[in-house]
Amino acid sequence: MSTLLHVATRKGLFTYASTGVEWDVQSASFIGDPVSAVLQDPRDETLYAALNLGHFGCKLRRSEDGGESWTECAVPTYDAAEGEDAPALKLIWCLEAGGVDQPGRLWAGTIPGGLFVSDDRGDSWKLVRSLWDRPERANWFGGGYDEPGIHSIVVDPRDRDRLIVGVSCGGVWVSNDGGDSWECTTEGMYAEYMPPDRRNDPSIQDPHRLVHCPTMPDVLWVQHHNGVFRSTDGGRTWGEITAIEPSKFGFAVGVHPLEPMTAWFVPGVKDECRIPVDGSLAVARTRDGGQSFDVLRRGLPQHHAYDLVYRHALDVAADGDHLAIGSTTGNLWLTSNQGDRWEALSSTLPPIYAVRFA
Amino acid sequence: MTRVVFTQNLERHIPCPPKEVAAQTVRDALDAVFHENPQLRGYVLDEQGRLRRHVVCFVDGQMIEDRNTLSDRLENDSELYVMQALSGG
Repeated sequence: MSTLLHVATRKGLFTYASTGVEWDVQSASFIGDPVSAVLQDPRDETLYAALNLGHFGCKLRRSEDGGESWTECAVPTYDAAEGEDAPALKLIWCLEAGGVDQPGRLWAGTIPGGLFVSDDRGDSWKLVRSLWDRPERANWFGGGYDEPGIHSIVVDPRDRDRLIVGVSCGGVWVSNDGGDSWECTTEGMYAEYMPPDRRNDPSIQDPHRLVHCPTMPDVLWVQHHNGVFRSTDGGRTWGEITAIEPSKFGFAVGVHPLEPMTAWFVPGVKDECRIPVDGSLAVARTRDGGQSFDVLRRGLPQHHAYDLVYRHALDVAADGDHLAIGSTTGNLWLTSNQGDRWEALSSTLPPIYAVRFA
Repeated sequence: MTRVVFTQNLERHIPCPPKEVAAQTVRDALDAVFHENPQLRGYVLDEQGRLRRHVVCFVDGQMIEDRNTLSDRLENDSELYVMQALSGG
């Protein structure tokens, strides 16, 4: 099982380690600074942390000793342009490793909507212009932020050139050639927040989070702004999952690494009321591809709980049994039995942006 | 010469001691500092060369007007303070 859990928060990066019996904080980095994304590269164990300094911009730091010391990397930057609205990096929203045979390759999803690639472990970055220059990008708009952003990047373990990215709000984009060309594939999704004649427009869909099953990568799950969707054909078409309880709104989704029909969600009331239904926090789990759901509450607060679990704040460990969720209220929960019972690791952390097993 | 001083809060992330530079404008002064300390540029300016949204500059006690091209003029003995804006939290 995983023995490390990285927790990126509003005020620092905390790494929990398991002794086999219990989990405790092993290291704390960047205390006081917002950490927007974290990645421990499975290819060489290098740890990356993206910072969003309130005054001094986005930064990227790299550690080769598990977080004891950090080196400053380059950050993705947008090309020089004329005008006061020329794009500039607002947030490194997600970091992912490239293929196993691409040492040093990293992908970064950013606000205001650029996908970036590095082939030198973050020492330099290049904007993926084939996506940035798509005319449909003019339709993208911000979801929760003023500008659109890429929050999900999936690299197919069978073919490192097959990429799928999720954009809020800009749809699901698939590349089969390492990012040289892209197609927006959202057939089956719809947008309740748009006028009727625009609800099926691919480039305005708002997938809050997109994940795949690593051992069956053609199965993907999306927590969308107005519901849950699943694809079994590599993201080409999507079917709505309507059985989810207690509500269909949320941000996070996780999928079992070995069982593509098993996935977890953390529902909230709705977009205009982003809190747990009835103030009772629950995790929704399906084991049958979304035909039915278990609503899991044991160990989670059931009275006056206003925890929101952001899109990167649910992770499933490699064994498929351990999961972690972190909330905007600074609560961190862990389960060792697929969510049947949750244990609070902390109730006093800063607001949590992301959790990630390593 | 213009004396360029950075907020102590920036020192937590990157060394930025005060510098004396010869410069006609805020842009010239900052470029001169960044020439010696290239990594500091990204902490003060965005990639378009604009002052970061939550950074403010004062020349002889007055907040600069041109945050985009940094064309505010300097005197021979000006003091340029690069501070954090409280809007940034």
